[in-house]
Amino acid sequence: MTDKTKKDILLKIRNLKIQGYTEENWIDIIKGVDLTLHRGEVMGLIGESGAGKSTIGAAAMGYARDGTRITEESSIEFDGMELTTATEGERRALRGKRIAYVAQSAAASFNPAHKIIDQHTEGPLHYRLKKRMEAQEDAIDLYNRLRLPNPEEIGFRYPHQVSGGQLQRAMTAMAMSCRPDLIIFDEPTTALDVTTQIEVLAAIRDIVDQFNTAALYITHDLAVVAQMADTIKVLLKGEEVEEASTKEMLSNPKEEYTKSLWAVRSFESPQRKREGRQPLIQVKNVDAAYSAGPKILDDVSFDIYEGMTVAVVGESGSGKSTTARVITGLLPPQKGEVLFKGEPFPADYKDRNKEQLRQCQMIYQSADTALNPKVKISEIIGRPAKFYSGLSGVALKNRVDQLLDLIELEPSQYYNRYPSELSGGQKQRIGIARALAAEPSFIVCDEVTSALDQLVAEGILRLLDRLQNELNLAYMFITHDLATVRSIADEVVVMQNGRVVEQGPKGEMFTPPHHPYTDLLLSSVPEMDPDWLTTLLEERGLENLGEAASNKINPGDKKIMPQDA
Amino acid sequence: MSIFVIGYYSLLLIASCLAAFYNQRSAFLMIFSLTLVSFIVGIVGGTYWLQFIAVLTGVIALAAMVSYAFREFLILIASTEMAKELRTAPLTAAFGMFVIFTYAVAGIFAPWIAPHGEAEIISSAFAPADANMLLGADQLGRDMFSRLVYGTRNSVGLALTATTLAFLMGSFLGLLAAAKGGWIDNLLGRIADVIMSIPSLIFALLMLSIFGPSMPVIIIAVSIIYAPRVFRLTRAVAGDVVVMDYIEAAKLRGEGMWYLIRREILPNSTAPLIAEFGLEFCFVFLLVAGLSFLGLGIQPPTADWGSMVRENATLISFGEITPLIPAAAIALLTVGVNFVVDWMLHRSSGLKE
Amino acid sequence: MGDILGLVGKRLGMGLVILLIISIIIFFMVELLPGDIAEAVLGQGATEENVRNLREQMGLNDPALFRYFEWLKGVVMFDFGRSIVTQEPVMSVIGERFRNTLFLATYAAVIAVPFAIILGVIVALLRNSIFDRVANVLTLTSISSPEFFLGYILILFFSIKWGMFPAIASLNDSMSFFELLNRTFLPALTLVLVVTAHMMRMTRAAIINLLASPYIEMAKLKGTPPWKVIVRHALPNAWAPIINVVALNLAYLITGVVLVEVVFVYPGIGQALVDAVSKRDFPVVQACCLIFAATFILLNLAADVGAILTNPRLRHPK
Repeated sequence: MTDKTKKDILLKIRNLKIQGYTEENWIDIIKGVDLTLHRGEVMGLIGESGAGKSTIGAAAMGYARDGTRITEESSIEFDGMELTTATEGERRALRGKRIAYVAQSAAASFNPAHKIIDQHTEGPLHYRLKKRMEAQEDAIDLYNRLRLPNPEEIGFRYPHQVSGGQLQRAMTAMAMSCRPDLIIFDEPTTALDVTTQIEVLAAIRDIVDQFNTAALYITHDLAVVAQMADTIKVLLKGEEVEEASTKEMLSNPKEEYTKSLWAVRSFESPQRKREGRQPLIQVKNVDAAYSAGPKILDDVSFDIYEGMTVAVVGESGSGKSTTARVITGLLPPQKGEVLFKGEPFPADYKDRNKEQLRQCQMIYQSADTALNPKVKISEIIGRPAKFYSGLSGVALKNRVDQLLDLIELEPSQYYNRYPSELSGGQKQRIGIARALAAEPSFIVCDEVTSALDQLVAEGILRLLDRLQNELNLAYMFITHDLATVRSIADEVVVMQNGRVVEQGPKGEMFTPPHHPYTDLLLSSVPEMDPDWLTTLLEERGLENLGEAASNKINPGDKKIMPQDA
Repeated sequence: MSIFVIGYYSLLLIASCLAAFYNQRSAFLMIFSLTLVSFIVGIVGGTYWLQFIAVLTGVIALAAMVSYAFREFLILIASTEMAKELRTAPLTAAFGMFVIFTYAVAGIFAPWIAPHGEAEIISSAFAPADANMLLGADQLGRDMFSRLVYGTRNSVGLALTATTLAFLMGSFLGLLAAAKGGWIDNLLGRIADVIMSIPSLIFALLMLSIFGPSMPVIIIAVSIIYAPRVFRLTRAVAGDVVVMDYIEAAKLRGEGMWYLIRREILPNSTAPLIAEFGLEFCFVFLLVAGLSFLGLGIQPPTADWGSMVRENATLISFGEITPLIPAAAIALLTVGVNFVVDWMLHRSSGLKE
Repeated sequence: MGDILGLVGKRLGMGLVILLIISIIIFFMVELLPGDIAEAVLGQGATEENVRNLREQMGLNDPALFRYFEWLKGVVMFDFGRSIVTQEPVMSVIGERFRNTLFLATYAAVIAVPFAIILGVIVALLRNSIFDRVANVLTLTSISSPEFFLGYILILFFSIKWGMFPAIASLNDSMSFFELLNRTFLPALTLVLVVTAHMMRMTRAAIINLLASPYIEMAKLKGTPPWKVIVRHALPNAWAPIINVVALNLAYLITGVVLVEVVFVYPGIGQALVDAVSKRDFPVVQACCLIFAATFILLNLAADVGAILTNPRLRHPK
């Protein structure tokens, strides 16, 4: 990161107001935001979804997305040129050459019909900055600096032939192709795994340093922004909350909202132990696969004791969700079995009776697909109660009210509503109530907080913890976010490529020695320390991080101490 | 320079100025282009052509005004929810609804509206229109207008029945295939593929050649031909719903197949299904009209628009538009339904964005 | 490359299987005829003697499966049997007619396809403008109108009132090519009107869908001028849906041809089919149906194969 000396002002945004067109009306999305960016400065724009960060990013290029418009009162000045009054031709001349954009999904933003390098050289050729051969050599040089594998030939592939993390770096290289003054990074690592994210973060930071480019780094991840930015600006619902240098904001946030964001990862439930409890669910040596496909789970075994939370961690493709499907009976295992209170559970859910089905409930990640949009809340929650306990009439209504109370939603307000009227957090609470309505002893929580903003997720975790204490529920908490694990888990199971790599009480898991994969996972999670990334790279070197490293590790490896890595 | 020409141009010019003054950009563009086109056509083709364009414009303007009035009428009598949706309806959709309404009235109240019976011979062949017969007589001396009105019952009724049958079959099987999956899904899909690989008219002709052109045969043949299309759509829509987590949650609860279909899948599939019904009706209607036109559909003396076109076809060579009237009746209904369906599809796809 | 060949091969195989199944359906449908075929054909003159002779003559006494294979064998060698009505080989009756229909369809396609695609692209680019909306209404009207409606209107104006083109499209061998075009102009125009509307709407939908892709927005954000965005970024990805649209509509053309031929009394295979159906001349009916079905399947196949071949992900596998 560069030190903040008073260099020239590159981008000056004053009173930015943007409106969006929904349901026949124009409504304010951005309500008067100011922003000043100096040459070579990296500013992080942070806020929850809906705060308008992406829209501001696009506006910095003078570009209004489909269905939005920048109002006349706004002023966007780039290097002395007023963008709101400039012609479209003048604005277009800036894009790609002096201001570049890196989108959230590289796979969708690259044209599938052209090679990567052809799309890369399009900019320099169009603006007549280089000739074709020069541009290609420059591209290969950039790929090298960004530490892409096979830099000489990777550019000559098509986008769908390259992996997500590599494609994201290729897009960063493409943004660099004309050596712009400003790059806008729009959530570039949000869709990537934790271990892949590290490589991309390191790459972006390096290249921005090397070319002294200014950058707007848009994200909702606090720890990530702490690594990348000199200055941080916090947004909430289209308005600015606070702005300060990174160090200052981390140590001394002023506004309440900012403080609440920073405090988000502070919740931690006390560790429970196995003494005095019975095993509830026991997964024994399970192998599983989908119809004719390759093996997804390989000899998976772990136990869940009543009233405790077992967090199952792993990256995408590790088999966490598949394990849940085996336990609930959606996917009968090829080998092994699942025991409930010591008795084997019928492998296929269709063979289980009502009482058995009742015991094991599931809460889903995406509230949009988890609740039937055409059914009222009262029925969503009421149906399981009716189905399992035979309640009806007044008794049913009372039960529904009771459940709504339990999830901290006012019964009279929510009884007759439809899911579309609720926010993400509220919908997730309804999902919890639906699971509770069956009076289960065990609930599978499949990435239930992954789609929620930090603050809302925190609320859900606290609720789940409270319910667990009140109702003696056991949870299997599937997640890829280690901070969540630290918050609520009693025991942890780490999975990689369908195998259990390590398992044990939370305390043990977070202290060494551990399995190299756990080690990699733990170290790949960004911390709230602005120097975390730098320190990590110095300690381990990039070869021992990221995709490349995780491919080298096997589930069968022995445990190690961090300094052995 | 006749009064007509002067009057026509002045009207257009005044209208364009008004539109420009009130900043109605699209209206201005339309009216002014119309003026330019009339001007050119008038010079090239003469007064006759100008009259033609004037009549055409007049008809369109009339249709627009009727649609507008009808839409306001519907908004007034509809419930608040429906009224909100109706307000977004473009003029074309309102026009379509008006057409459907008119045809429905004609069909239901046919015996009261038609002055004569459908097979009554009241005059000589091809007699011109007079006080008794609004549109003149057909090739046997029957009143065209009455036959037209009764034709609504026969043609539209037949198409409606066949569409409903096709729809019931197709959607039921589609829902079943989506809910069950597995071999049933595959088998039904393959059968649908095979049936859809035969062009509809050809298949209908094949069946009619064997079983003879009677009403039941037509209905069954047409339903079999169009059921696969409905099947495919229902299967696709229900398929999208079936992979949702709330379906999985319901399955895990132990809910039975019928509950799933009735309470979880169906309510989320209705909008596209209704639009599909409209579309299928159009296809069916055009197919039946085509068959009747070929002489292989509804048999005389039953009044049916397709066969009426065929019977009066010779009049074309005399420059009479009589055979075009039943054909226009067919086109008008199809256009109307298509406009309404177009609006519905527009809304449902717009909502997704 | 092997991936693609495999996919294409599979698709071709499936097409063949479907054609076979349809041939079975066509053949055995006649078996479903209530009563006796020979009786139905002879109608009034159905004495026992005549019926027996006709059955012998038509080979109806052999088992059904045997007759099917005989028929199939003949079909492959373009021998469709004999017409019940004229006793002439079916092939001689419909061979020339098939050529005529092909000519008419090609005439219409050659005009319609480029016109529709270009219009469709323009309308997609000018989405929601007044031009687009007027085009929408016009095309919707066109596809809602039965072919005979359009055909008669055209006859009324172009032929009767203004005498520009002949109403009846009769052909003979001695015509020059230009005169041929002249005679068949009206029926071709009718077909063009119907098919263009469909094609234009589908092209418009496909292009609009394409233009909403993230990589198009990315191209704009790189500062690519609009014309280049269309030509370099949108077009290469547009071939797949456009080819699909064209092939599907050419298939649709087949159905339209029948009605148009009847309106204009054009000596094509559609007219032959309709006549055969009214006279219950089964061999001719079976032959015509098979030919239509085969063409239809072939065009649908072309649509699928085209989609496979133009998909960049399949052309350059991992």
